[in-house]
Amino acid sequence: MRKPRDSGCSLTPPSLVKQRRIGARRAAPTARTGATAVGATLAAMPEPTILRGWGRTAPTAATVVVPRSPDDVSAAIKNAGPRGVIARGLGRSYGDPAQNAGGTVLDMTGLATIHSIDAETGVVDLDAGVSLDTLMRAALPHGLWVPVLPGTRQVTIGGAIGADIHGKNHHTKGSFGNHVRWIDLVTADGSVRRLTPDGPDAELFWATVGGMGLTGVVVRAGVQLHRTESAYFVVDTDRTADLDELMALLTDGSDDTYGYSAAWFDTTTTGKHLGRAVLTRGSLATVDQLPPKLRRDPLKFDAPQLLSFPDVFPNGLANRYTLRAFSELWYRKAPRRQRGAIQNITAFYQVLDLFGDWNRVYGSRGFLQYQFVVPFGEEATFRRIVEKIAASPHASGLNVLKRFGEGNRAPLSFPRPGWTITVDFPIARGLHQLCEELDELVLGAGGRFYLAKESRLSAEKFRRGYPRFEQWRAVRRSVDPEGVFVSDMARRLELL
Amino acid sequence: MIDAVGNPQSILLLGGTSEIGLAVVEAFASDRPLRVVLAARPSDRLDAARARLEARGCAVETLPFDAEALDGHADVIGKAFAGGDIDVAVVAFGVLGDNERAWTDASYAVRMAQVNYTAAVSVGVLLAERMREQGHGSIVAFSSVAGERARRSNFVYGSTKAGLDAFYSGLTEALRPHGVAVTVVRPGFVHTRMTEGMRPAPLSTTPEVVAAITVDAVRKRRELVWAPPPVRYLMSVLRHLPRPVFRKLPA
Repeated sequence: MRKPRDSGCSLTPPSLVKQRRIGARRAAPTARTGATAVGATLAAMPEPTILRGWGRTAPTAATVVVPRSPDDVSAAIKNAGPRGVIARGLGRSYGDPAQNAGGTVLDMTGLATIHSIDAETGVVDLDAGVSLDTLMRAALPHGLWVPVLPGTRQVTIGGAIGADIHGKNHHTKGSFGNHVRWIDLVTADGSVRRLTPDGPDAELFWATVGGMGLTGVVVRAGVQLHRTESAYFVVDTDRTADLDELMALLTDGSDDTYGYSAAWFDTTTTGKHLGRAVLTRGSLATVDQLPPKLRRDPLKFDAPQLLSFPDVFPNGLANRYTLRAFSELWYRKAPRRQRGAIQNITAFYQVLDLFGDWNRVYGSRGFLQYQFVVPFGEEATFRRIVEKIAASPHASGLNVLKRFGEGNRAPLSFPRPGWTITVDFPIARGLHQLCEELDELVLGAGGRFYLAKESRLSAEKFRRGYPRFEQWRAVRRSVDPEGVFVSDMARRLELL
Repeated sequence: MIDAVGNPQSILLLGGTSEIGLAVVEAFASDRPLRVVLAARPSDRLDAARARLEARGCAVETLPFDAEALDGHADVIGKAFAGGDIDVAVVAFGVLGDNERAWTDASYAVRMAQVNYTAAVSVGVLLAERMREQGHGSIVAFSSVAGERARRSNFVYGSTKAGLDAFYSGLTEALRPHGVAVTVVRPGFVHTRMTEGMRPAPLSTTPEVVAAITVDAVRKRRELVWAPPPVRYLMSVLRHLPRPVFRKLPA
């Protein structure tokens, strides 16, 4: 199959291209060895795959390989061409960290076995391609809970480590890396290393946590799960009239009495209701707290997907008018004040998981998510940012404010004590200028940006937010001196 | 890399002193300074362009490039990509020429065809190869409304642009699966050195307007744009006029 065709004939019949691609998929990376040998022409290379992030911006082409074992991963790394290799999970990063233009992308979802769950210690041993959704369903019957869950469960373990993800419980449980007991990392030389947070390779462990896949490929990990009696939350809701009322509620000490806390706020309303919000806070319910009906099966977890959006939405449908209407509705539908409601995780904070491909609503031009953290004491900056967004022609419907707790040792980990804010903007003319202005406010306040969401910063701005970048880069270069691991994001932000 | 809002980090301008080409580079640079490679015959104008872009904060490299020297193209493109990926490549060289001389003097006509068509195809093939390897990027080619329907007054020029237009329109399709976008821009009458002293046609425009339309098209990965946009409808009418009527229109 890999026999180079007569070099005089570079035109490959379409049928052959098709076969070749399917063959390459099935046989995974080993089949690539011959493909690039003997000066094969570009036309004879396997057809690339166009990849984008969740924001559906900045498409680039790469050769996608689906490894089925750590050996496949090692082989793919050894066979990587001059444009290198990067791992990709479920593609939920908004920007370009899981793309590698002109190079190889490892689709890690083919490596998805849960090897064991220790019901005693709560440690799960699993492959990097397992999703948090799968893990949650497997762990709940043991009375175990995934310690950190972001706004979606469609995230792989490898991605969760690479982006050091956080959830609504960051102020009580920290980020994902805090709960990882060990990592099996395939490094640039193709060898597998077991890393632990305090072992001899601790530096590499913490460079891998939040390292966006640039230290190597995580193939397997041990994650510490937490005990829970139920899969439900006891939730308190407060609707605030404005930003000040929200900040008061978040700083009066009550936040620490809840395991989970986050607020949705309105960026489309100006004037005295600027930044009005819905604050939802809760903790995992004990069996005693559940109504009798739910007590029979307290660990039951069903998260249906109601519908999947087709790719038919025009650009500009999500605009300031529709998003203002959405914001009004979202605000009005929340109770003014509610205590002790029992909700499942979908209702409490993974509402978007009810919908497949919801990013299509923003149209083909896509959108960007702007998430940053500013230290405590910079509440005035936060207010100015909300004012600026509300006054601009750009609108955002999905806005989240959350209080972060302590960060961890990882040099590129995003969370640090302070306020994290997330807003979504459809791509439109002038958005660059607005974001540039917001950048200055954020960086001026000593803040920084989240790489799992980021899609448009300059290298210089990224570094201003991460003073330990050089420390991270030194570790990265020591394990990958030739830059085998590379992504579009790494090229754009000059991370290598 | 081109980011989520369409800002490139590097741009190659083939025809480094082209007014429209430079206006495109400046339009990108006004949003964010970038790495610029200007490929052109060495001249004072080239040095001035370099200085102007450097004042904007761009890192500028100049490469000697002669469109007529086809054998040197591979070397120039190789050097242009030696400093890293090129996110946007703009093919902006071309000559308007003297139509009366062109259709009566074979060697003059051939030179015009060489610069406007053959050289454009040559760099197009070379750019396509590089961009395919890097798996991303955007190529912009300047066509012309003159290629849309041959007119007595400038049909030699028009024929070269018709050829260029067809080549890059096809290249758009060939490069699509490889993550590379090709944008063909069809400007109407643009006030530049090239058209100095000529009587402006209806809907005449400026390099800055053409540049703004081009930048927007690259950001949206559009495949074909007209500058200004209404010339599309004007040309659509002209294209369908019967010859006896078309012939009588003022040149």
